[in-house]
Amino acid sequence: MFWQIEFFIFIIVIILAVGAISVKDLLSAAILFGAYSFMMCLLWAIMGAVDVAFTEASVGAGISTVLFVAAVFRTSRRTKD
Amino acid sequence: MKAGALAVVVILGAVLIFCSHGFPPWGDPASPASRHVSPYYIEKSMRDTSVPNIVTAVLADYRGYDTMFETIVIFTAGIACIFLLRTPQKTKTETRLYRHVPTGITLRIEKGGKFPEDSIDFERIDSEWVPYDLIVKTTCRLIVPFIQLFALYVIAHGHYSPGGGFQGGVILGAATLLLAVAFDLRSAKRRLSEKMAAILGTLGVFIYAGTGIACMILDANFLDYSALAPLLGVDSISARSYGILIVEVGVGMAVMAVMVMLYYNISSAGKQDEGL
Repeated sequence: MFWQIEFFIFIIVIILAVGAISVKDLLSAAILFGAYSFMMCLLWAIMGAVDVAFTEASVGAGISTVLFVAAVFRTSRRTKD
Repeated sequence: MKAGALAVVVILGAVLIFCSHGFPPWGDPASPASRHVSPYYIEKSMRDTSVPNIVTAVLADYRGYDTMFETIVIFTAGIACIFLLRTPQKTKTETRLYRHVPTGITLRIEKGGKFPEDSIDFERIDSEWVPYDLIVKTTCRLIVPFIQLFALYVIAHGHYSPGGGFQGGVILGAATLLLAVAFDLRSAKRRLSEKMAAILGTLGVFIYAGTGIACMILDANFLDYSALAPLLGVDSISARSYGILIVEVGVGMAVMAVMVMLYYNISSAGKQDEGL
């Protein structure tokens, strides 16, 4: 069903994943990772795994982004490599 | 070095994608999982446990042992974070910043000075510059109760709709985190102290494991909730539904407490005096 939507979200997921590991600013990486989690949540929801989508939205896009931002706040914002 | 790592990643990814063709297609009714296990759950879970949401029935009843150890894994992560990061708090010896609320003047009080602890005109602020943002604070204070209510709904309604202990606990923890981000770490700790979070975390795991032990005491298998029927005063099928609710509450408490503990320790680098 709606394979165009799924394909579009899948492309965005790949772009966000590559962006999250290649960007130099760690705060941006945390935000991109949160967006990646949200897109994965949409993919789970399309596949019918609503419980997994709910967990991904709350844990991946919600809490872990906050924890990443807190860790960046207490360490350094620029990555060395 | 980088080229080597890239080559390893590309080769491994290619192997994984190539091997994924060995899986049965997505949603294939003839795949082993769909032929043996799934029909049993789809046909029997409503009759066995009287829980309409099959995912909840599988997670907390048929595979209750797995979920118990998932909860313990999360709890262990919280304990490990405390052991790694927590450092003793310095009391009244460091320099503090206070803001005089009516005028917006910031006071810097050196060590040895007198701190205006109980004054309502002064509020302590973090050593990084913190603007006085009334809109953010008021908005967060208004929506936090609704987030908490929604979290309780997710935990209690997990039998009928997507959700359950993990998701509800995470949302409940996120409400406290929102409070800590919008205000500061100290006002969040006044609502939910570190000690209270530790107690709730251990109590959640204890509720889950204790339900299993109670089933064993009542001459049944570990986590076989139908044995709780005489205690709860219902028939054995409803007892499985209520047993799921009891362990979901335990999971929610443990997950909420661990999320809050992780945030307290990470955002303050273990000192727990000044947060994000």
